[in-house]
Parts: sequence; structure tokens; C-alpha cells
Amino acid sequence: MTSVTESRRPARRAPGADRPRRGPDHGAWFLVLPALIPILVLSVGPLLYGIMLAFTDAQSGRTEPTRWIGTLNFQDLMHDTLFWESFRIGLVWAVGVTVPQFLLALGLALLLNQNLRLRWPARALAIIPWAMPEVVVGIMWRLVYNPDAGILNETLRDFGLGDGRDWLSGLATALPAVIVVGVWAGMPQTTVALLAGLQNTPRELHEAAAVDGAGAWRRFRTVTWPALRPIALAITALNLIWNFNSFALVYVLTNGGPGGRTRLPMLFAYEEAFRYGQFGYAAAMGCVMVAVISILLAVFLVGRLRGGDEA
Amino acid sequence: MRTSTGARVGQYAALLAYLVFLAFPFLWLISTAFKPPQELASLHPTWIPENPTLDNFRQAFDEQPLLRAALNSLLAALAAAVVAVVIATPMAYVMARHRGRLTKAATGWVVVSQAFPFVLLIIPLFLVLKNLRLINSVPGLVMVYVVWSLPFALWMLAGYVRAVPAELEEAAAVDGAGRLRILVSVTAPLLAPGIVATAMFAFITAWNEFFFALVLLKTPEKQTLPVILTHFIGAEGVADLGPLAAAAFLATLPSLVVFSLIQRRITGGMLAGAVKS
Repeated sequence: MTSVTESRRPARRAPGADRPRRGPDHGAWFLVLPALIPILVLSVGPLLYGIMLAFTDAQSGRTEPTRWIGTLNFQDLMHDTLFWESFRIGLVWAVGVTVPQFLLALGLALLLNQNLRLRWPARALAIIPWAMPEVVVGIMWRLVYNPDAGILNETLRDFGLGDGRDWLSGLATALPAVIVVGVWAGMPQTTVALLAGLQNTPRELHEAAAVDGAGAWRRFRTVTWPALRPIALAITALNLIWNFNSFALVYVLTNGGPGGRTRLPMLFAYEEAFRYGQFGYAAAMGCVMVAVISILLAVFLVGRLRGGDEA
Repeated sequence: MRTSTGARVGQYAALLAYLVFLAFPFLWLISTAFKPPQELASLHPTWIPENPTLDNFRQAFDEQPLLRAALNSLLAALAAAVVAVVIATPMAYVMARHRGRLTKAATGWVVVSQAFPFVLLIIPLFLVLKNLRLINSVPGLVMVYVVWSLPFALWMLAGYVRAVPAELEEAAAVDGAGRLRILVSVTAPLLAPGIVATAMFAFITAWNEFFFALVLLKTPEKQTLPVILTHFIGAEGVADLGPLAAAAFLATLPSLVVFSLIQRRITGGMLAGAVKS
């Protein structure tokens, strides 16, 4: 996905000689500037500023000037067991959501790619969770999980599976319950991406393999999967990052409770920054989150890319 | 291709299971929104309200400034969508048509920006906007939304630009048209549907956004719908379910309508962006 512009140009370079290129192309700069300035001022700049803040004792509403304190924030963070517990929960959540999300989305995409009768309403429905505000998704599932008026417990009672429970406030059930919501909310995007990939796989190859007597599983392994791999990798990597950084869903569902069992790192850092005003410390948390996620992602991608021989 | 009947039945069963899983929470939300208080308190809730009522909607508007919040959301989302598309289209054009350091850097930013944890971004943004006196203001929020929706907008638009044959532009250049003229009268019209789809996507993203709005907007008369919705949930997590469901249902409708309009294009746009990967 990084090579957005590759491979288009080379063929055209030579004949392009009749249209002289003005040096390093000032026209391009002129076109890029309106977007580049906001990106620099409101994205790249703040990011660098944020990394800087991690090395200061910045706090909200302080009158004394902010001072450099070196790596003190990071040293404190090393011993902050609450943060590392939150980090662990964040990893469990990110992996716990991303993996089922991918498997379920792959199944749905394969089904939607078939010539089934219910395909059209299914596609429309499959996309609804994507269009919804995350806050509404959270509210909706609160209603589902509600111990008395919720449909989940009522269904369990109907089937005689006990009285149900208070899913979101149970110490053991809270994290699995929010993970289910995370899977539900993120499935559509993954499905759409995989479906796009599926529709790109050569149909002739599929038919040829079928004629040769390859079963469904073999056809998937040898024809579909190789074509789908790049998209599957990209969307899984993105999902992992998005899920790790997720905030609104859990904020609405449990606000990190019960007893911090669902306190994702984002919630932790948000409270540190905007409830307790510890800007410097929260920025250090942000840095650690980026660092760890980058490393995990690198390991994942390198491992995956090496896993297959096809590029 | 021939598929055995057994396999077909299995496929339909699986599809049905997916549909139930995907649809039931939303149906439950609608059901709750139309239930009177007695039914919500009942220990045996039903799918279809026995005495459907609109009281929850009335109560929701009484309890929280929903209209004001909807207006704020609309303003923020519209402004963010228009500005994002206006500044992203030229840049996406460059990214699609030229290689060079600029394009590489921009592409790199699009990818890397997906990995930013928002905490690292929101603290400095908060401080910068505070210095500019843009905290607790919709314009301040719009600025953040514009930049926040740029990566996806650039990604989609660059895909649409690549779908416009460069030969058309070269032909116009041979006819002596200037660069800007080519862009405005040859490329832009062909891009129009893609631009509209991208703007709508940016609109939905901003309409749904919660985290930045939560941090940047302090007073109820400035807050957007998602933030106001969370006010229905009390400090102890206790909520008046009926009005909560009613308000949540209403807040979703605009996104659903806009999304249904561009559903196909979103799929196409993602595909166009991904073809080269």
C-alpha cells in the first residue's frame, strides 16, 4: 500500500519530453500547499510537540513554567503497575478483537462473493455498523447487555440457560463483553476490504482449478488466498492499530470499569491528561504506546511477509 | 459453477447467522426507543413494544439540548467535509500523477498517521488550540477534523485520479491548454463523483467522531451529538433507557442515509486505492 504511485510513470517519462518539466515542478508545490500547511501545523507539528512534552513536567493550569525533566516520566512509567496492567488489557483487547474480526469478516466476504439470493440486503446490513457513530454502538450494546431490560439475558432465560447476569459490570465478563462489541463494530470495514480483494481474484483461475477437480478448500488455499494476502495483511495491520487506539466504544460501555478491567491504554492516558492534568506523563504514555505498537507491527509484518514465498 | 445442495443450504444458514448477529442490536435499539417506561422496567422484555409510544423522543429533547447539538454536529461535519475535499483534491492529484520526494513523503504521512495514538496528538493540539482561543469552539474542532480526515480523503481521491486516463490531460496539453485549465475543465469534471463520495465519507466521519469533541468542547451549547448522547448516561452508569435509545436512534439516521448513498463508491474507492498494493 505504500507504493501508491509506482509503476505508472516510467513508460510515460520518455514521450513526456515534448512537455518540458519545469525544474523540480513548482506547479506541484502550488497544488500541494493547501493541504500541506494544515498537515504540518495540525498533525506533524503537534506530533513532534507531543513527543517533546513527554520529556517535560507539563501540567494543566500550572503557573510556573514547564521544565525539562529528561526521562523522568519514562522512569516513573516503568514502575507504574496500573499503566502496564492497562497496557496488557489493551493488547488482549486488540488481539482479541482483531483476530475474530478477521476470521468472521473473511467468512462473510466469501459468502457475499457467492451468487446467493440474499446478497443485496446482506451487503447493506453488513455495512450498518460501519456507518454508526461509535457512541451509538456503545449505547446500543448497553441496551443489549442490560441485566433486566436487555435482550441477551431475556433470550438466555427463554432458553432456560439461567438468569443471565450483569455482563458489563462482572469482573470476569466485562472484557469479553466489550470485545464482542469491538468485533461487531469493526467487521464491516474488514469485510468490505476483503470483498474488494476477492473480486480482484482471477475468476478463470478459479474455474480452471474447479475443472481440475480441486475442492473448495484447495481452491481457497491455492487461488483465492494468494491473491487476497496483501489486502488481508494490510487490513489486519490497520485493524490492530485502530483497535489498540480505540476509545469511544469502551468509554461508553464501561468507562474502563469494573475495577479497571476494561481500562484500555487510551482511556488511561485520557484520564491522566484531562482529568488529572498530567500532560507530560500522558504524552510519555502515548510515546510508549506508539513504540510498542510499531515494534509489534514490524514483527507481525516481517513474520507474515517471510511466511509466504510470493511477494 | 455447480455447488451441491447441501453446501448451498449451509451457505444460506451461515449468511442468515451473520445477518442476525449484525442486525439484532440495531433492531433492539429501535424496539427500546418506542417502549413505554412500564415495558422497559418489565423483567420480560419483548421484541415488539406492546404499547408503542413516542414519549421517549419527546423526553429526550426535554432532557438534553439535542437540537442544538445536532446543529453543531451538522455545522462541524459539513465544514470539515467541504474544506477537506477542497484542499485534498489538488494534493491527491499530485500524489497520483507525480512521483518524487513530495509524493513519497505525503504517502508516508498517510500511512504513518494511521498509527498515531490520539493521545499523543490531542494533548499538543489542545495546548495549541488553547493558545489560539479555539478551545470550546466549533471552528477549532473543524480544523482538527479536516486534518484528521485527510489521510483517507487523500487515499480515496488519489485512487479516483488514477482512474482518469492521463492521456486525456496530455491531449488537452497538446491543444495548448494551461495546467490549471486542464485541471479545472478536464480532470475535475471526471473526478466529480469521486469528490462527492469522499466529501460524504468525511462528513460521516466527522458526524460520528467522539474523542476530539469530548476533549475540545466543554460547554453543552457547543457540544456535538455524540458527546451529548453520553450525558444520558449518569455518573453511576445508570441511564434512562427509553430517551437514551430514542436519541441514539435519531443521531444515527443522518449517517445511515448518507452512507447508503455512497456505499457502492466507498467499496470502489477502497478498491481503487488498494489495487497497487
